[in-house]
Amino acid sequence: MNRVEARDKVTGRARYAYEYPAHGVAYAYPVQAPVASGVVRSVDASAALAMPGVLAVLSCTDPPEIGSGDDPELAILQTTQVVYRGQLVAAVVASTLENARAAGRAVRVDCVARQHDVRLRADHPGLYTPEKVNPNFPAVTEYGDIAAGLAAAAARVDTTYTTPVEHNNPIEPHAALAVWDPGGGLTVFDSTQGPSADRDTIAKVLGLAPDRVRVVSPHVGGGFGSKGTTRPHAILAAIAARAAGRPVKVALTRQQMFELTGYRTPTIQRLQLGADARGRLTAVVHDVVEQTAIRTEFAEQAAVCTRAMYASPAMRTTHRLARLNVPPPSWMRAPGECPGMYALESAMDELAEAAGIDPVEFRIMNEPRTEPDSGLPFSSRNLVGCLREGARRFGWADRDPRPGIRREGRWLAGTGVAASTYPARRRPSRATAEASGDGFIVRIAAADIGTGARTALTRIAAETLGAPAARVRVEMGDSALPQASLAGGSMGTASWGSAVVKACEALLKNGSSGSADTAEDVRADAAFARHAFGAQFAEVLVDSATGEVRVPRLLGVFAAGRIVDETLARSQFIGGMTMGLGMALMERTGVDEWEGAFTGKDLAQYHVATCADIQDVDAVWIEEDDPHLNPVGAKGIGEIGITGTAAAIGNAVYHATGRRVRDLPITPARLLR
Amino acid sequence: MRPFAYFRAEDPADAVARFGPGAMYLGGGTNLVDLMRLGVARPGLLVDVSRLPLDRVGPAAGGGGLLIGAAVRNSDLAAHPLVRERYPMLARAVLSGASGQIRNMATVGGNLLQRTRCAYFQDVSMPCNKRAPGSGCPAIAGDHENLAIIGHSAGAGGSACVATHPSDMAVALTALDARVHVTGAAGDRVIPMPGLHRLPGAEPDRDTVLEAGDLITAVELPPPPPGRSLYRKVRERASFAFALVSAAALLDVAGDGTTRGCKLALGGVAHAPWRAYTAERAVAGLPATASAFSAAADAELAQARPLPGNAHKVALARGLITAVLEELSR
Amino acid sequence: MRVTLTVNGSQRTADDVWEGESLLFVLRERLALPGSKNACEQGECGSCTVLLDDVPVCACLVAAGQAAHRRVVTVEGLAPRGELGPVQQAFLEAGAVQCGFCTPGLIVQVHDLLRRTAGAGLPPPGDADIREALAGNLCRCTGYEKILDAVRLAASRLPVMP
Repeated sequence: MNRVEARDKVTGRARYAYEYPAHGVAYAYPVQAPVASGVVRSVDASAALAMPGVLAVLSCTDPPEIGSGDDPELAILQTTQVVYRGQLVAAVVASTLENARAAGRAVRVDCVARQHDVRLRADHPGLYTPEKVNPNFPAVTEYGDIAAGLAAAAARVDTTYTTPVEHNNPIEPHAALAVWDPGGGLTVFDSTQGPSADRDTIAKVLGLAPDRVRVVSPHVGGGFGSKGTTRPHAILAAIAARAAGRPVKVALTRQQMFELTGYRTPTIQRLQLGADARGRLTAVVHDVVEQTAIRTEFAEQAAVCTRAMYASPAMRTTHRLARLNVPPPSWMRAPGECPGMYALESAMDELAEAAGIDPVEFRIMNEPRTEPDSGLPFSSRNLVGCLREGARRFGWADRDPRPGIRREGRWLAGTGVAASTYPARRRPSRATAEASGDGFIVRIAAADIGTGARTALTRIAAETLGAPAARVRVEMGDSALPQASLAGGSMGTASWGSAVVKACEALLKNGSSGSADTAEDVRADAAFARHAFGAQFAEVLVDSATGEVRVPRLLGVFAAGRIVDETLARSQFIGGMTMGLGMALMERTGVDEWEGAFTGKDLAQYHVATCADIQDVDAVWIEEDDPHLNPVGAKGIGEIGITGTAAAIGNAVYHATGRRVRDLPITPARLLR
Repeated sequence: MRPFAYFRAEDPADAVARFGPGAMYLGGGTNLVDLMRLGVARPGLLVDVSRLPLDRVGPAAGGGGLLIGAAVRNSDLAAHPLVRERYPMLARAVLSGASGQIRNMATVGGNLLQRTRCAYFQDVSMPCNKRAPGSGCPAIAGDHENLAIIGHSAGAGGSACVATHPSDMAVALTALDARVHVTGAAGDRVIPMPGLHRLPGAEPDRDTVLEAGDLITAVELPPPPPGRSLYRKVRERASFAFALVSAAALLDVAGDGTTRGCKLALGGVAHAPWRAYTAERAVAGLPATASAFSAAADAELAQARPLPGNAHKVALARGLITAVLEELSR
Repeated sequence: MRVTLTVNGSQRTADDVWEGESLLFVLRERLALPGSKNACEQGECGSCTVLLDDVPVCACLVAAGQAAHRRVVTVEGLAPRGELGPVQQAFLEAGAVQCGFCTPGLIVQVHDLLRRTAGAGLPPPGDADIREALAGNLCRCTGYEKILDAVRLAASRLPVMP
């Protein structure tokens, strides 16, 4: 079936948060701190207030009234202490966007700057081990005798990989329209991945009961994690609307998004691996250094993937953080697995070569029987199948392992492989189903951020009800609908699908309506290690004179449970792989240590892959019938595609050139250095 | 809003007459409208010259060359039969810049006068000697991986600048010995390329030698020189990215395999499109071989003064020059 | 200033337009045509692509004054009576739409590409031509494969276009 809302999107009729009409709407424009650490001494709004159309200026020197909340980032304008450059310190509300923007520039913020530190380094004196890493894993795990394992190894690697600051950069900027009703209720049209959680957070921050707030978000222009939690723009819209006595719209500029909507922490990852003469791992050590912010801790779980990947008699994984004067890092597609698998799978390639073993076979040799760290059985695991199927389709058998020996004109050619993984989880959700006329209406406060959730849930409901999909309408993207978990962690289809199946089954029993809450089911899920796996194969060409890298071929083979919709799935896998290609070759936000600032904050400088960067990309999958997952049988497909891609490309670049670049992205600068 | 006036000029004299303090000419707008929104450009008057009757491409007076109106759109220039047939390198350079939509808007004159894409120049919360003279150049101690390696003023304190000129078209025009026709308060004149764009020196805020109110009306190309030509642009993304380094080259190899003539210009390395005269002289009369070309590249790049974070661009320029000339010699 | 222009075939007027305002702002905020998207405001993403006198441009970089007395076609104008145009239909069928924020700009850009090639009786564009022609339209979701499918599909069905 075609995507349910595709017609609205191809005609421009689909409405996004910023696009709802509101009578007498005003516009707010954020003013940001010009230093990375310091105190705001004064905010002079006199010039701004004298400008045409200006309705109000909000400032941290005169904090607007708010409630409470767990995220200090949302307590906007409550402190004059600046802990990162770009922190929200004031905002202008005006009759038009251009008036607000001009007046925002006229607000004079007087800051006393203090010493700042924005430089992540492996020997940072402030490094500490967090209590937990996201979402709730131990920061450190260790078993077996690492020293003995490394000492006994016939081949070993001890290498360090780094990944830079990466920004989600969904195409839709974060935007909100806030409308207060005369009774003190608030409606926020917000670009969010989770209307239910967004409503609860906004209510708490503003000191309102949750039932006084409604979040509406039927269409969201991508998020990739950055819209997974409430962001300051939504709170600003609400506070500004209260101050101006009118509905207020806020859309962050592309530049403002770089500081106010999260990003992937840079990582420094040391991998120590050993293998015996037969190619069996003898020890695995994955030590991660990352950054977090002054007021909030965000501990990306980069080494957690290693705990599930390969059999080893000894393993240690650690995470340490440095608190820096940086905007808070946050969720970005496959947080943890994405940078972690880059490092692990690059190191596995290096070890395979050191051991003289084909990298596909080397991974297969180290396939575990149970999850290495936990000892839990896998609900299903088809990494080996993915590797074998990928090798067959890609023509891997003919590969000459020697690096730097293939030339096609001015190009050096090479191929590489890496594994992918992402956990399969689900969260409690509620849903209702109702017979209506000759069809059915399913209601759930899920979000479709481009994943195809609306379409997938329509299919799932139709199959459960035994009705044609055309007779099923799914209402979502509104916190007034039954509470649902957010679109994140590749959990949408599993979480919402479980509730939709259950609600539809209840309807079938009573004939007219059904409702479901999966909280108990989720709590009762048996203990299994649940993960999707995959294998990615890349062919690269590297210009021998200029270091330009092109990727003529990329193949992903995935095993992710049941695939609900082939078109949606292929697009999600390939979309993830393409973002992985960007990560490998171009994505990077600069950090200026002296200014304490991100640099290159726009899409001209932060490069994401264009249509011209993609040549032959394909994704296929191995069907899995896994009874230990959820009623849908799905593992989730939104994130696994980005895991492993950068390693596969990096390994191919090594195979092409004989140069091992261990710092992403792999640019001409790094290949020529 | 910041009030300012907008005036659409009907002919060049009209435009020049309306120009006054705080005024700026508006061509396709692809750079200026952006810079206004960023707060980098703050004109009091926009004189719209995008619809002046300067939109023709045709034979230049006095034989053999081509006259390109300043208001010709980049896409029209690249698609023009005379350009494609006689100056394919120019067409290639234009097509390697920006995106289809941007090329549909951008004019020849505006392309020449676009500002640097240095991150610090575009961020008004940062110091920048080009945008705010005397405020400093944080790029020198900061993020300069893609900035200048040659002809910059990194050591000049209050006038330090390591910006690069972003145009591809201008690099091709520089190699082609184009001449820029200008009209202004002092009358008409012709400025040869190279020569329009300047190195930062003590005035990094000045990109070109134009005086206030000067309006580019046309670009004149001399007859195409003998030999073959090529424009190659190195970028990490396959399309829609500014050059890390680019090269526009014309090479004329005699029957005996020696280089009879060479014109070479580089983009992405300096405050202006960089004409590589040293390399051109170094290859003249020598066998057209890889070793001669790389020696010439070395001679040219002996002048380079890379910063700590962009030394790779010297290697890149060297590799690119050698590869492009080699390809032309085959 | 007052700006009068023809949008999707109808003459439209916007009053009190600031001279520095963009055509995109006029379309979205003054003429209630939010189909063209605002995603970078500097011509770097193509989400705001519209036809200006039949030529695709980034509406975010067109000063409102420059659009006066000219013809603008937005994505809304490509399905005027609710019937999908051939490019829209192909995007829908090929699954080339995900979050949808880049979609309107892509639809307009592809419409122009095909009108100049297959729609003009010329051979359909090859993959390399399509990829280069669409390089100014960033998509963060799809990886572009299904967009390519959609362009090929639309090209294969195309009658000569107006």
